[in-house]
Amino acid sequence: MTHPLRDRTAIAGIGHTEYAKAIDRPEKVLALEAILAALADAGLSPDDVDGLASYTMEATEEIEIARNLGLSDVTWFGQVGYGGGAGCGVVGQAAMAVATGQCRVAVAWRARKRGAVASRPWAGVRHRVYGNHQWSRPFGLLRPVDEIAMLTRRYQHEFGATREQLGAVAVTVRRHANRNPDAMMHTKPMSIDDYLAARWISEPLCLFDNCLESDGAAAVVVTSADRARDLPSTPVLIHGFAQSIPRQHQTMTNYFGDDPLVGPSYACADLLWRNALVGPGDVDVAQLYDAFSPLIPLSLEGYGFCGRGEGAAFGAGNALAFDGPGRQGGGLPVNTSGGGMSEAYLHGFNLIVEGVRQIRGTSYSQVSGAETSLVTSGEGVPTSALLLRADR
Amino acid sequence: MIDGMLVPGAEDPDAAAFWQWCAKGELRIQMCTSCDARRFPPRPMCPACRSFDHVWTPLSGRGTVWSFVVPHPPLLAAYGDQAPYNVIVVTADEDPAIRFVGNLVTAADARLDAIDPASIVIGEPVTVVFDRIDEAVAVPRWTRP
Repeated sequence: MTHPLRDRTAIAGIGHTEYAKAIDRPEKVLALEAILAALADAGLSPDDVDGLASYTMEATEEIEIARNLGLSDVTWFGQVGYGGGAGCGVVGQAAMAVATGQCRVAVAWRARKRGAVASRPWAGVRHRVYGNHQWSRPFGLLRPVDEIAMLTRRYQHEFGATREQLGAVAVTVRRHANRNPDAMMHTKPMSIDDYLAARWISEPLCLFDNCLESDGAAAVVVTSADRARDLPSTPVLIHGFAQSIPRQHQTMTNYFGDDPLVGPSYACADLLWRNALVGPGDVDVAQLYDAFSPLIPLSLEGYGFCGRGEGAAFGAGNALAFDGPGRQGGGLPVNTSGGGMSEAYLHGFNLIVEGVRQIRGTSYSQVSGAETSLVTSGEGVPTSALLLRADR
Repeated sequence: MIDGMLVPGAEDPDAAAFWQWCAKGELRIQMCTSCDARRFPPRPMCPACRSFDHVWTPLSGRGTVWSFVVPHPPLLAAYGDQAPYNVIVVTADEDPAIRFVGNLVTAADARLDAIDPASIVIGEPVTVVFDRIDEAVAVPRWTRP
């Protein structure tokens, strides 16, 4: 049975700026640089672009992007909310727009500067707290790390997950970053002893359970699969796309439903696999959203790579390494660029770029023969996922 | 109260009644008068039966610790001054799906670091107390019975 989105569109171009702690150029300029790089990679020019997809947290509006790039008529534009949950949604909605004829070439991007208040939702905290934050922040649950640490402690309590298991995740993705010259942590190796000795940020999470604070931008170009086949870069098919706001979900402080450890990944995975011709057993490599290390085991569970409560044990040792046991050996290579914890934290958008590289065969930590590549966005917030496949 | 701590915006239309009850020293949440389902955090509509009709029903104020964290700096100054402190999530005895974020303290107006975090155990029983943090607003915190 055919599906109106499956394999109809492709990511034809990827681009990004350098990633660093502080870049002395505005977010607008970073966005434009990444978009130009992605278009060049696709063999297209701004004159071809008629669709724009971005995060609601993006600092630069579509009209600014269009006026700077000198775009012709933009016929589709859309934004997705919830920060780190948005990335795959931004690209997937661009794919829907292309597949339905609302535009022909869409660019999706994320530009972020850690110093910019608009990019850090918790930086603008006021004395009076309204909305969902009034139930948590007055009590000192101030930062995203505190909110996820609460779920982590419960996860450890219910399923016996250990610090050593979370540390294995952090150490593995750091090793991937050490192989990636674009990664902020390229020259900084980390051992499990380094991890265990790190200072607390919010117990039970330490410094190295956290993503990086980064400046940078990344972009991708989405067009029809047919058109992508005529372009210079290897087309990467968008095989599947899903989003989810699960029942009774509360973003970040998801403590108020029946079972807070069943996160948004589960509902997102349901749709993703239902519309796909492949299942979790067919995924060769995954880029799992990693603002915090425990989100990786939770995502492994939600997307069906292991049972509930088994994610931390699944990722122990080198099971998540690009050169680890792989799917045949009961593992799964994840976050092969270093991800948010060790390459750069761009609200998960660099994970999408790396997911494309794995299908092209151009990752610095390439999984041999990768044909099916999963990318996920934020666990613990309204989320999204992309299933990318080789055009073979 | 320590200067600079965050105060819930008690005039929020969804939440005003909750905070008004707290100011009177009562922990009350919404209960749907059509289907009797309890809900928290507050909202206008019952997610079980879509009725707007509700009353504010009292809870016993007894619960158990569902999880906890111990934040360390960097934090807002008023919190950093008390760090490391605990933040807990409490499950209400009446309903396992009703949970509150709060702090385990030795008394209503105690500092947030009054309890040794190493002594906190998931599942331990707690009882609500109300800390008056400004003229109009009191927030629920939790003590050991």
